[in-house]
Amino acid sequence: MSRQRLSTWWFIGTLAFALLSMLVPLPGVLEPFKPYWPALILLYWALESEDRVSLGLAFAIGLGADLLNGVVLGEQALRLCALVFIALRFRSRLRFFPMWQQTLAVLALLLNDRLLLLIVRVLAGASLPPASWWISPFVGALLWPFLFLLLDDLRARLRIQ
Amino acid sequence: MARARDESSPLFAGNAAGTLRLIFYLALAMVLMVLDHRNGWLWRVRYGAAVVVEPVYRLAGLPAVGVRTLSVAFADRQRLTEQNQRLREDLLLANAKLNRMAAVAEQNQRLKELLDTQHSLELNVQLARVIGVDMGAYRYQLTLNMGARDGVKQGQPVIDAHGVMGQVKEVLPTTSVVMLVTDPAHAIPVEIERSGLRTVAYGSRDGDQLTLPNIPLAADVRVGDHLLTSGLGGRFPPGFPVGEIRSLAPSPTGMFMVAQAQPAADIDRSEDVLLLHDQAEPDGPPEPVKSMGPPSDLAPTPSATPTVPPAQTGAPAVKPPASSATQGVQP
Repeated sequence: MSRQRLSTWWFIGTLAFALLSMLVPLPGVLEPFKPYWPALILLYWALESEDRVSLGLAFAIGLGADLLNGVVLGEQALRLCALVFIALRFRSRLRFFPMWQQTLAVLALLLNDRLLLLIVRVLAGASLPPASWWISPFVGALLWPFLFLLLDDLRARLRIQ
Repeated sequence: MARARDESSPLFAGNAAGTLRLIFYLALAMVLMVLDHRNGWLWRVRYGAAVVVEPVYRLAGLPAVGVRTLSVAFADRQRLTEQNQRLREDLLLANAKLNRMAAVAEQNQRLKELLDTQHSLELNVQLARVIGVDMGAYRYQLTLNMGARDGVKQGQPVIDAHGVMGQVKEVLPTTSVVMLVTDPAHAIPVEIERSGLRTVAYGSRDGDQLTLPNIPLAADVRVGDHLLTSGLGGRFPPGFPVGEIRSLAPSPTGMFMVAQAQPAADIDRSEDVLLLHDQAEPDGPPEPVKSMGPPSDLAPTPSATPTVPPAQTGAPAVKPPASSATQGVQP
């Protein structure tokens, strides 16, 4: 019973950590290299425990992130919903990909996410971002294997589902 | 290994319910975005949610504070000594300048009193600290540790030691968000210090420069010219440094010159900023002209003509215009 509760707290904790790391600033030079943490963590949970992650959860997390970020309410909700939907749709395949293929898939998902963001921003009247803006998905994809293995390892150590 | 549910659902499942739910959520998100974009009530929601949001900001700002503290703690002695020395020299220089300025300011004050204008050289400012939080909008914003409870209002100009940084965009109870002058959606009325030419400086897309897109071709502008706030528009008080022109080129249409300017303020590096408290005097159109001339009680009344004794007789029809003419000349 307490293991159950621990695993729930672990789940919530990683998501809260993702939101917090989204807000933590990096020095100016490193700024474009910052990965989109909520997407990565949500992807991990979507692949690992399907019954916890749903579109509703993605929407809620996105709304929370929007509230914190203060750009436009619903922007990240839209992006995370699309991301989680694709991940859940192809979950069975993604799970059994070798790591490098999975990484490529994550890259595609993150690029798609950036594209959605770009569309939303341009429709809202913002100007086109600089080229360095496109680095972030690649960094996210590069981090993916490590993040995945780390979270899996921690989960195995804590013996939680 | 595989759970029972996995077997029941085929490997490449496409369930209509999922798609429907996706469409529902996407539509909901879009409706929210449009409503928020139109009405801007995200900030009202955020003001309400500030109880949760602000501690998160403080928490997210902790790493930046930690790095700053560590850099001070582990900075070597020599660097600190050097820095201290430099600051001492700066202070000495600034004090010397201030002493000279004091007399001038005094004189200026008296002259201005004589002229009966309300402009003042004194600054009414509030020191605020930057919270290191990444707001994600391509870095055109700053978060400050002061909010509505400290008397911060929307639209207040924010400066640092070197120049104008931006203006307060949104206010939460104990934090506020500053829109930087380099935001592409920001425009600040400026004048060129050397020639007095007035124009507008916009933020640029690259995020760390200012663009002046509509300088007349014949205008006297050079690379290296300093930009000051012109005070037009009433948002920023006049006379604060804004930037320095770095490059100048004709616009693609050939109708104007386009200049790029480097902001004077340390947009990236400031840790402490000043919030200007007295908002600029509204430098709008001049007040309507007061009726000038002699006081109204001197005006000729049709019944009495005091300058000319009424003893004379004859030609009474000519009298009133002649008397009013003399009155007009007298004062």
